[in-house]
Amino acid sequence: MKLTFIDWTIMVIYFVFVLGIGFALKRYMKTSTDFFLSGRSIPAWITGLAFISANLGAQEVIGMGASGAKYGIATSHFYWIGAIPAMAFIGVFMMPFYYGSRARSVPEYLKLRFDEKTRGFNAISFAVMTVLSSGISLYAMGLLLQTLLGWNFSFSILAAALIVLIYVFLGGLTSAIYNEVLQFFLIVFGFAPLVFLGLKDAGGWSGLQARLATVATANGFASGAWSESWKFMDSPSSNPMGIEWFGLAMGLGFVLSFGYWCTDFLVVQRAMAAKSMSAARRTPLIAAVPKMLFPFLVILPGMIAIALTYKSGGSGFTLPKKPDGSFEYNMAIPMMLGHYFPTGMLGVGLTALMASFMSGMAGNVTAFNTVWTYDIYQSYIKRGASDQHYLWMGRMATVFGIVISVAAAYVTTRFNNIMDMLQLVFAFVNAPLLATFLLGMFWKRTTGHGAFIGLIAGTMGAAIHHGLTLPVGGQVGVKGGWFGVMHVYPSELAQAFWTAIVAWTACFVITILVSLATKARDDSALKGLVYSLTERPKEDHMPWYQRPTLLAVIVLVAAIFLNIIFW
Amino acid sequence: MRLDIRLPIGLMFTLLGVLLVVFGLTADKTVFQRSLGINVNLWWGIVMLLFGVVMFLLGRRGTATARLTEESPEGKKIEEMEHKAGLEK
Repeated sequence: MKLTFIDWTIMVIYFVFVLGIGFALKRYMKTSTDFFLSGRSIPAWITGLAFISANLGAQEVIGMGASGAKYGIATSHFYWIGAIPAMAFIGVFMMPFYYGSRARSVPEYLKLRFDEKTRGFNAISFAVMTVLSSGISLYAMGLLLQTLLGWNFSFSILAAALIVLIYVFLGGLTSAIYNEVLQFFLIVFGFAPLVFLGLKDAGGWSGLQARLATVATANGFASGAWSESWKFMDSPSSNPMGIEWFGLAMGLGFVLSFGYWCTDFLVVQRAMAAKSMSAARRTPLIAAVPKMLFPFLVILPGMIAIALTYKSGGSGFTLPKKPDGSFEYNMAIPMMLGHYFPTGMLGVGLTALMASFMSGMAGNVTAFNTVWTYDIYQSYIKRGASDQHYLWMGRMATVFGIVISVAAAYVTTRFNNIMDMLQLVFAFVNAPLLATFLLGMFWKRTTGHGAFIGLIAGTMGAAIHHGLTLPVGGQVGVKGGWFGVMHVYPSELAQAFWTAIVAWTACFVITILVSLATKARDDSALKGLVYSLTERPKEDHMPWYQRPTLLAVIVLVAAIFLNIIFW
Repeated sequence: MRLDIRLPIGLMFTLLGVLLVVFGLTADKTVFQRSLGINVNLWWGIVMLLFGVVMFLLGRRGTATARLTEESPEGKKIEEMEHKAGLEK
């Protein structure tokens, strides 16, 4: 793929704006609250777009395109029964505690609700996980630019890391959020024409369906397996995901999606920066609207890519293969960019791709520097220092967070589908966490000891389950089975979903048991932290389009509608 | 803090839109074989340009900004909480 002068110009313009925003915001970073929480002053539509954009890293654009090719429209379950219901839930039910408790981070909420050890456990595991995600994102980008444009791997990741470093270092969370909004629009504008051209090449939706039928039958499935999302979920053997409806709904729809969208500080931090309680509650609900349309932007290209590979269109697009004969799924979207975009638009498309990597990385870095500074440094290393000292530490944390991610990028290899690996990591850490939050927020009897031991039990449950099972065709080791193989799942996704279910259940049960055996806190200490002891936020005085509950209902109805259309 | 996010977004898309439109009008038509004969640079450039201009004009009204901690009531409450908890000197 060759770039010309105009493509370079477009890229440079983007970099200038991204850095410019950082420089413009520098003088507004006066206190640590400005740096880590944007002074809690940002309007809901901005935090809403940042809410999804921070998640738009490698796993979204590259991973979802890859999954679209690999599993077809069933990938939309990540959105239409995964993300959307979870976002409605956090906006209506959980945000009042996150925002209302004045916690500055998710681990800090755990400290207020439970105790120090629960916070410490969460803060440290989260910090590790975030840096890892950021490293994976960088790695994917370096590899991609190397294959696509022949750029030097080290040069690409160091340059991207440096740009993110500069704008987060200067403008903190505000800079990250502002850039995420800019990146959001760039990603939408960069990919939308790709879907249009690809779809045209495949003969429209009906042409695409016919081609996908070829893909499905060639792989030994019923002809609709790639173009109908629910119809083949009755048994793991009848759909390419290798999962049945129960594992899908419980594992992905409930545990993994709620675990991610409702407890992951990376996204919750965006809502915490909103300017009022109602803006914070609206943040995920506003985010849900573009989010539910994202499958058309990121999954559809993958489906088009695989469809055209099996039954070629007028322009002769095919997905490249690896030396071992399997498809290079992760290249679906990048290869399409190179195939359909003329120079000029190609510059926009590639810049959008880079923007997605950077927004994902900046999201991780801002979440990391906050948790490090507030929950680890201020709590365990240096308490009672001046606010300026913590502001300085936040900037330092930005630097070493990025240095560690770069190191992690060099270490990351192995998995052929980034999504599967991230799901695995999330299953270990996040799945039990959801049970802790649900119990903590909605059952006042939950105790700190219960939460802590439950979390440990859940994480161990995940590890044990993973250690006893393997996906079909997997080698014992990082894919599981290291305690001996008791069960073989039809796919890595199925294994990851069930690992999450086991982790959640273990944490849920153990937390309840230990809580009942230990002493509960007084009701007075739990005001504003638990559902039954907190006043419901009033909505009556707001115009209808600002009422979180009504917005949530609208969003959910729309998601149900999409499920039915693509059933 | 007076940087409305819509200003830089508007400016950037206006610039990119103009670039694409000019390039789409002047470029050799053979480059559009790839995009199935459609001049995407021109058409999509116009869309991006329009989006950029609208964002810029909205941004000129200037309400979508982050503010300093001491200027927002929610920010002040955080500072107060930190102070009470003895997290700073």
